[in-house]
This record gives sequence, structure tokens and C-alpha cells, in this order.
Amino acid sequence: MSTDAVDKDKRRLLTLATSVVGAVGAGFVAVPFLASWMPSERAKNAGAPVEVDISKMADGQLLTVEWQSKPVWIVKRSAETLKNLTKNADHLRDPHSENVNQQPPYAQNEERSRKPEYLVLVGICTHLGCAPTYRPDIAPADLGESWLGGFFCPCHSSRFDLAGRVFQGVPAPSNLVVPDHYYVSDSRILIGEDGGAA
Amino acid sequence: MKKIIITLLFAIVSVHAYASEGGVELETAPIDINDKASLARGAKDFAAYCFSCHSAFFMRYNRIAKDTGMDEAEVRNTFIFTRDKKGDPTKLGDVMKVSMTEDYARQAFNAPVPDLSLTARARGANWLYTYLHSFYMDASRPTGTNNIVFPGVGMPNVLWELQGLQKPVYKTIQHEGRDVEVLDHLELVQPGSMSKEEYDAFATDLTNFMVYLAEPVQAERRSMGWKVLLFLAGFFVLAYMLKKEYWKDVH
Amino acid sequence: MAKNNLLTWIDDRFPLTKLWNEHLAEYYAPKNFNFWYFFGSLALMVLVIQILSGLFLTMHYKPDAASAFASVEYIMRDVPYGWLIRYIHSTGATAFFIVVYLHMLRGLMYGSYKKPRELIWLFGMFIYLALMAEAFMGYLLPWGQMSYWGAQVIISLFGAIPVVGDALTLWIRGDFVISDATLNRFFALHVIALPLVLIFLVVAHILALHEVGSNNPDGVEIKKNKDPVTHIPLDGIPFHPYYTVKDIVGVVVFLFFFATVLFYFPDGGGYFLEHANFIASDPLKTPVHIAPVWYFTPFYAILRAVPDKLMGVGAMGAAIVLLFFMPWIDRCKVKSIRYRSGIYKTNLAVFVVSFVVLGWAAMQPVNETITMISRIFSLLYFSFFIVLYITSKNEVTKPVPDRVTQ
Repeated sequence: MSTDAVDKDKRRLLTLATSVVGAVGAGFVAVPFLASWMPSERAKNAGAPVEVDISKMADGQLLTVEWQSKPVWIVKRSAETLKNLTKNADHLRDPHSENVNQQPPYAQNEERSRKPEYLVLVGICTHLGCAPTYRPDIAPADLGESWLGGFFCPCHSSRFDLAGRVFQGVPAPSNLVVPDHYYVSDSRILIGEDGGAA
Repeated sequence: MKKIIITLLFAIVSVHAYASEGGVELETAPIDINDKASLARGAKDFAAYCFSCHSAFFMRYNRIAKDTGMDEAEVRNTFIFTRDKKGDPTKLGDVMKVSMTEDYARQAFNAPVPDLSLTARARGANWLYTYLHSFYMDASRPTGTNNIVFPGVGMPNVLWELQGLQKPVYKTIQHEGRDVEVLDHLELVQPGSMSKEEYDAFATDLTNFMVYLAEPVQAERRSMGWKVLLFLAGFFVLAYMLKKEYWKDVH
Repeated sequence: MAKNNLLTWIDDRFPLTKLWNEHLAEYYAPKNFNFWYFFGSLALMVLVIQILSGLFLTMHYKPDAASAFASVEYIMRDVPYGWLIRYIHSTGATAFFIVVYLHMLRGLMYGSYKKPRELIWLFGMFIYLALMAEAFMGYLLPWGQMSYWGAQVIISLFGAIPVVGDALTLWIRGDFVISDATLNRFFALHVIALPLVLIFLVVAHILALHEVGSNNPDGVEIKKNKDPVTHIPLDGIPFHPYYTVKDIVGVVVFLFFFATVLFYFPDGGGYFLEHANFIASDPLKTPVHIAPVWYFTPFYAILRAVPDKLMGVGAMGAAIVLLFFMPWIDRCKVKSIRYRSGIYKTNLAVFVVSFVVLGWAAMQPVNETITMISRIFSLLYFSFFIVLYITSKNEVTKPVPDRVTQ
């Protein structure tokens, strides 16, 4: 075996070039394997938007639908309820919904909704994920005199008002999530998409 | 090198690998899986003539929209007439099911109606194309029709209005020293609404769509293929140069 | 400097550099390896490809008789790039056997099974057996018509064994027919047990090889001529970088053919993914044509050639078992075909041709002519071993050179 006149630079260059191209190739091969972990068409379909008929809702009624395997609440709020919302302000952690992660821009208002009379929330406590109970009753014995209606989580006693805003002094850190939604018509809400309109 | 020979051998033999029962000569289906317009026509034909009984439950509606260039509203109008258990309309991302139950099918046709998602892969495009051409009148069958490539088929001839009605013409041949009557060809006795050319085009589109149904990713896979081969060809040049360079050492 | 410290730290605790040197940088392989010597490294690569693609398939596949077939279509249509992973695995299975058969043929041609390499050959034969079992079990998993009925036929062969046959088939199946029980256990064996066995056997195969050193197309023992000072075989070159760099070229060429099949005809005209397997299994309806996948066909032809069921199974088994004994059947001291007699060359050629013809015959529908051909070529297949045993003892060979030729 002769090692005279070995062009070391050429070898280094060729080795480098081959390694780089090989690495690129390996990268290309990795793509389909990693991509196969992304949600499948079946999963995406199961997570598809859900349309709900709200035409027959009465004041104070709560409708629960399933979207992406999560419970979503639609609450029909009366004018009285809407008036009561302002009374809680001093006791709330985030009364103006400044945490932008918890609602889309069109729900960043006092009522946290597109149409004040309908509240749309994801029914999962922002503390550790339990399903809070709906407590629209005013001043019940177990919740105290100042309770003007809202949601109470049985797991660790977090409290939310009827706009889904979290009270101070409870374990939950943030307001209940408002999912993307829009009104397909006056009687139908589509949950999961915001229809392009802000 | 050996691999070239082997793969060539398989490519040649592949023409014969699809066997039809009884060794019937199959017509070649002049399909082009890249012809989106043909696929869209075939999709509509499928919806009109097949989808009332035959499901395609491995296929999702939204994929047809994506791959044939039909827009989603068109796919919905063409295909979706069902609702789910809650009464909500079937979603575009749902699979293509039909409402006919297996019990009903057994009562009506003596056999369950097969799902068509994979038929093109199981039988072959040429078989399907020939099948669509091969219905003929047969009084001995409960449906009144039979099919050359699928003797005793339970499916009625839903295409007779387009193709017309055919009758079998027999010929006598010698087999093992005896005279035997065999089917020679089919003859059109009552024309349908389509001419022969129109019906051939119809069958081509429908077969094309069914080939697509069996493997929707086919066009994408081929287009990915040549890019991979090109990359490998380039990589080969580099690797070979590297090998040659190092092997200068070896005498 | 930091790198050397890290390497020293590792070497103090793990024989990293030692292994690198022993098996790569200072493993001296003969410098005259030709085309036939690519297939060992290619086989190793296909093993890795199958494990990787198989692993990712397992993430989506459902080993349940009710959902297996549908889960494969789920992978093909709904899982992003699932179709690609599935085709990699199915093409890989065929590629594995093409590569392994060529690798074995190399062994036969150059006498790589002869002393002192008998154990390498034996490990290799066990790998072959394990591979056949792995492929057979894997084929049941899609739960198509061919999966179901192919398994039904092959497992029922065990019923031919006298006395224990029926109990054995019941035990293998876990049920009175191929069923969900069979599917689940084959899944476990295919995904975990046999891959582990294969990996262990491949490691043993390579260790045995490195212990003795590689053979070469001239059948010359390069260790017989070492440099007096360095003790390096005069005809040896370090595996790394010379064969690593050469094997990369082999890999790229292989991948080119692999990709051609994968992207342009993954079902191989019905030979790699059989048409009948696109129909979900139906225990009440047998397909017209049951044939095993192409890589089992020569042995299937031998099985069908023998009119008696038990004898057929015996012949089929003997066809494989005889290969184990090659180191002792071939009594010629000369290793490579290059220096052996015309009788040997003809004998080997007839063997290879028989193997191919038998494979073809198995794929044809049964009739008198095909049975006749299967019988003739089965006899020719077995005659290879008999003729070899008889003629190899006092075979007239050409003089074997002392050093390798280029």
C-alpha cells in the first residue's frame, strides 16, 4: 500500500462534502418518520369544529358540547347576569382579560364574548384540569353571600364568575379559556374556528 | 446489476400477475392517474352510479377535494347525503360510508355489497375496466344479467342505460376431442345513451377514480420518487469520487 | 485537547477506542473484495432499515383481528407519511432476501464456510432461519386474504408430524383456526422476540468473522503472509477507511434501486405486496391462488413436488438443513471457485438454476407439467449436495496462489 503523494486536502474536502450531503440525506429521511407523529387525518377529523344550535336556549341555561374531546359550555346570560358582572371586578385576578392566551381578541371584553348574551367557555379548570360545576344561583349557603353566580371547581375550590373570570385567592391562575368560535347564523355557533372575523 | 435484472423481470411479469378467474383476456384501461379532470369526472360518476350501495370506507371526502381539484362545496354536494347519529351532517373529513346495512344487502343481493376502497389494488385497473364493459343479458340470473370477468356476480347492471344491453355470442371449439360451446364475444342489442367512445371514456374515468381510491398517494409518491433518485445519483458521484481517492493507496 | 480528555475518560471506563481499532481501523481485510462482498454490509443496513420502519409502523398498527387490516389502511392514508414507512418496510423485506441470497451465494462460490469459518456459516444459517420466521410472522400482520390463508397452509404443515402434529398446530395457533390469538402472538414475536434474536445472531456472526478474518475471492488466507515488522497481512488493508468508503458507494447504489422500487412499483407487480392481500381476510373464502411470498417459493416448490404431506415437509426441511452442513459436505481443501474443477462449477451452476426455476414453478398454478418440472429440479437441487460430497474428496483443482490476485 503506497501513501506517497496523498492529497490530504482533496481527501479532506471529499470526506467533508460526502459527509455533508450524507447528513442532508439523513435529514430528509428523518422528516417522514418525525412527521408521522403529527395528528393523523382521523385525529384531525375528530378535532374538527362543532356546530351548535342555540335557538332554543333559555336564560340561565348551560349547554355542553364536546369539541376535541373537551367539554365546551354555552351559557345563555340574562340582562341581570350581565349587569352583575361589573360588581365582581375588585375580586378578580384578571378582570380585563389581559392574559391573551385565554381568549381570542374578540372575547377580550367585559363579557368575554362576541354576543353578550352567549358565553362560550372550555369547561376545564385552569388549575389542574377538573370540570367545574355551574352555579348560577345567587348567594347560596355554601358559596357565601357575595356569590353572584359563576363556576365552582370541586377539586380545589377555584371560583370563576359568569364571564369565566377567575377570582383572587383561589389556586387557579387564569380565566377559563374561550375557544375560537363564530356565529354561522343567529341560531348556530361554530366552535373551533373564528370565521376569519376578529 | 443483478437487481436491474430482477426488477426488470418483475416489471415484465407484472403484466401477467393479475389473474382473472378463468383466464379471460382483459382490455387495457387507458387511465392516467395524473389527469385531475378525469378523476373529478370519475368521482362524480362514482357518486352517481356506485356510491348508493358501495361504500369506500377507507377514503375521506376532504381528500377527494384536495386531490381532484374539486372544491369542498362541490364534493359535499356530490357525495354527502348522510347525517351522523346526532343528526348533524356528515363532516367533510369523515370516511365514505353508505347507509345500506349488510343485512339488507344479503336480503337484496344474497351477498354483502363489497367496499370499493381497495378493489383496484386487489383486482387491477384492467380487470375493472373490462368488468364495466362486460355485463350481458342472462335470463338464468336473478338480476337478469351476468358478467364475463365475474361470473355469477350479484350486482345488477346499473350501467345499462349508458352502455346499452349486450347479449352473449357463443362459438364452438374443440376441447379434448369434444365440441364445447364457449363465449366468444358480446354484441350490443340495444344501444344506451352513450356511444361506444363515450362509454369507453366513462369507464376510463371511473376506473381512474377507483385506482385513485385504492391508493390516493400514488401521484405524490411518484413525484417524490424522481427527486430522491436525483439526490442519490448526485450522492453516488461524490461517494464514488471519495472511494476512488482513498483507494489510490491500494495496489 | 478537550476531545482527547473526553476520549481518555471514556476509554478508561469502556473499550471504545479498542473496539474501534479491533473492528474497524485495525481490522485487516483482504484488499481484493469484489462486487459479491457488498452484500454483508447491505444486509446489516437492511436490518436497521427494517427495525426503524417497523418500529414506526408499530406506533399505528393494531394487532387485533377486528382492526388490523383497517389499521394498515389508516397508516397508508391517514398517518402523515405512513404510506412511505409502510412501503419502506415491505420493500425492505424483499430487499432483505435478495441481499441475503446473494450474500449466501458469495459464501458458496468462495468457500467462505470452510475451516476455520464454519461457525460464521452456522450463525449465518441460523440468521437465515430466523429471518424466514420473522418474514412469515410479519406477513400475517396485515391480516389480508393472503396473510390469513398463507399462514393457515404453512401452520397446517406441522399437522403432518405424526403423533404430536395436531396438538402442535393447536398450540401454535392458540385456537382451532388462525385467529386473533394467533395474530397477537405473531405480532409479539415479530416485533420483539425475533428482532432480538436476529440482532444477537448478527453480532455473533460478525464477532466470529473478525476472530478469524475475512475470506476473499481467491480463497487465500492473507494471515499466512504478514509483514515481518508490523505483523500486518501483506494483502490486508484496514477496513476503515477503505471498506467503509467503498461500502458507502455500495449503499448508495443499493438505495437507488430500493428507492426505484419503493416509489415506482412498491407492490412489485404483485410479488412484493400481493394483490389478494388488499382484500380483508375471510375465513370462509379461500383465494384461487395461494402462494407464499417470492422468497419462500423454491422451498414451497419442493414441498409440493412430493406427493406425501409428511415427506414433503421433510424434503422442504432437508433442503434448508443440508445447507447447514456445507462445511462438511464439501471436502475439497480449495476454497474459491476460481481454482476448482469444471465439475464443481457446473454443479454449483445447476444448483443456482434449480433454485430459481423451483421458485418460478411454485408461483404457477398446479398442473402436470409444473409438477414434473418441480420434481426434476427438486432432484437437481438435492443432487448438488450428493455430487459435491462425492466429487469434492479427490477433486482436481488448479494451483491456488500464495497471494491474492487483483
